[in-house]
Amino acid sequence: MWKWLHPYAKTEKVYALCSRLQPWFAISAIALLITGSVWGLLYAPADYQQGDSFRIIYFHVPAAMLSMSTYVAMAIAALVGIVWQWRTAFMAMVAMAPVGAVMTFIALFTGAAWGKPMWGAWWVWDARLTSELILLFLYCGVIALYNAFDDKQQAGKAAGVMALVGVVNVPIIHFSVEWWNTLHQGATITKFDKPSMATEMLWPLLINIVGFVCFIAWVTTLRLKNEILKREGARPWMTSIVRRGSGNSHAV
Amino acid sequence: MNALYAGVFKRDLSLAFRQKGELLQPLMFLLIVVCLFPIGVGPGPEILQRISPGVIWIAAILSGLLGMERLFKDDFNDGTLEQLILSGLPLSGIALSKVFTHWLVSFLPIICLSPVLAMFLHMSLPMYQALIITLLLGTPLLSLIGAIATALTVSLHRGSLLVSLLLLPVFIPLLIFATSAVESAAMQLSYGPQVAIISAMTCLALASAPFAISYALKVSQH
Amino acid sequence: MAELVASQLSCMKRDKVLFESLSLSLSPGQLVHLRGPNGAGKTSLLRILAGLSQPDTGTVTWNNRAIDNEFQRRLVYLGHKAGLSAGLSAIENLTFWCAQHHIRVSETTLFEVLEVLSLVGLEEIPVRLLSAGQQRRVALARLWLKSSDIWILDEPFTALDTDGVALIQARCETFVRQGGAVIVTSHQPLSMKDMPVSVIELEGQL
Repeated sequence: MWKWLHPYAKTEKVYALCSRLQPWFAISAIALLITGSVWGLLYAPADYQQGDSFRIIYFHVPAAMLSMSTYVAMAIAALVGIVWQWRTAFMAMVAMAPVGAVMTFIALFTGAAWGKPMWGAWWVWDARLTSELILLFLYCGVIALYNAFDDKQQAGKAAGVMALVGVVNVPIIHFSVEWWNTLHQGATITKFDKPSMATEMLWPLLINIVGFVCFIAWVTTLRLKNEILKREGARPWMTSIVRRGSGNSHAV
Repeated sequence: MNALYAGVFKRDLSLAFRQKGELLQPLMFLLIVVCLFPIGVGPGPEILQRISPGVIWIAAILSGLLGMERLFKDDFNDGTLEQLILSGLPLSGIALSKVFTHWLVSFLPIICLSPVLAMFLHMSLPMYQALIITLLLGTPLLSLIGAIATALTVSLHRGSLLVSLLLLPVFIPLLIFATSAVESAAMQLSYGPQVAIISAMTCLALASAPFAISYALKVSQH
Repeated sequence: MAELVASQLSCMKRDKVLFESLSLSLSPGQLVHLRGPNGAGKTSLLRILAGLSQPDTGTVTWNNRAIDNEFQRRLVYLGHKAGLSAGLSAIENLTFWCAQHHIRVSETTLFEVLEVLSLVGLEEIPVRLLSAGQQRRVALARLWLKSSDIWILDEPFTALDTDGVALIQARCETFVRQGGAVIVTSHQPLSMKDMPVSVIELEGQL
């Protein structure tokens, strides 16, 4: 395991790996998202209570699930970076942060949009929406901290510590917000978690979740390559890659 | 241990008391913020009593953040931090000592001031008891977690706003449990669970924060 | 006594390489003058040697071991920043510094050192009210207070008058004669009387 992983501490290896994986992620993300969305939005049966507005779950649920997992992935990358001092791990963490933040924003936006017909208000202090909002703040903190430093290596380490502090907090926040919510509002209609979902409704959702995973992986590899290019652009190995690339094709 | 006490703790304390004006500022800030609420929402005792735990806790968090930046900033700027890192003392011990000093000079006065605040906001006696307990157990958590973010931003020229941005979301669980404990006390209910959770969080922070702070301080020296 | 060996150091700042595969050694009784243009990485190198920051690649060893607390017990490092709290007086600053560094020092010793540095009469004034040169002298008092094997001095002569420079150079000379090792950066040439000064040039990259 260690022998297999160790080369990826080097930026050029990571760059090569990203270039290799990126088209696969791109193709599967596009294919899955188109299938899942078309199926979910046009062909899946309407909900007998919520009508067509339930269809927003095909975006809300994947975004909400992955906003949390992206944060955890970010924290794992930070831990790897801190423990083994890999530059690339911090770069990966930074590549993931805005993607996760956008996922959180999508989850919040679709949640609010769903809330308008269901609850009659754009914003309700529902437990899940509130913890998503706090998660968005945590993402913003990590990104802001990273951007505040001139020395990006130092920035990566600092943002990494903050991501770890955040990840310890995520479950605590989740739990505390649930507590706060039941205390103040009583049980509101908990949405989306129906124990039995019709299979024809469930399949497009699962496809979309996998599609979102591929999409996040795609954007992350793209951003990671970008980050490496930005920071190591002047290194010899990089100039040789760039030269080779421009020799083969003129499209960049 | 002795070196830590004589070299770090005593030094920080005497530095803090050199600047008595700066010591009082967060306290005045707290008092004024709390006074703004009756003016803003009206002087009715019921509503003031209902919002009192949230108001006092939020004001305490904000005024704690005000003094937070001084925790490492001066030492970083004048080079004392370099000398401390090279002193051979464990950096996590130094961090813990500094956090303790911060708690002593910024939160202990707030706790002493809390009877006045409770009186302003018409808190009942059981509510006040719960408030004191949550303040005593919860404010060390603020100092510990706050020190991590302060240490991370110490090498930045303007980091004070960033510190608040980083910290406020992290303090939300503490705010929830602390205010909920006081509200339970207002309703004559037991608030044991909330207090237990707050103590657990403080213990977790006490065990892990010193190492995070010392790592962050080392990163700042890069 | 022990030798400080740095091998194959490289240091990056803001993703730019400051220096690469740099090796040097510092043995007892040796005085090294580190020179180079501004931005060549002198300060970064000294901070790596002191153990304040980590090199991106390469190792620093002392006594054939990675540098640790034991090394720092035998080290005096003086950086650009004086390491003095502006609100405390000279005597307080030095007393607390000694306590942090496990140095037992009596009040009389402190006063003797301050007298050598002609700071008598200024010891009770908060450091922020002293002139830049006087502050530098207070910082340099550490060279007299801590018994050590190695000194890492980053621009120690900044803001000092000619007397001060001569005083510090004389102190360095005695220390090296007693078997200490000194590495120093300075833009002015060192004028040591009959003492070999090894010079290391950092080129700096544009």
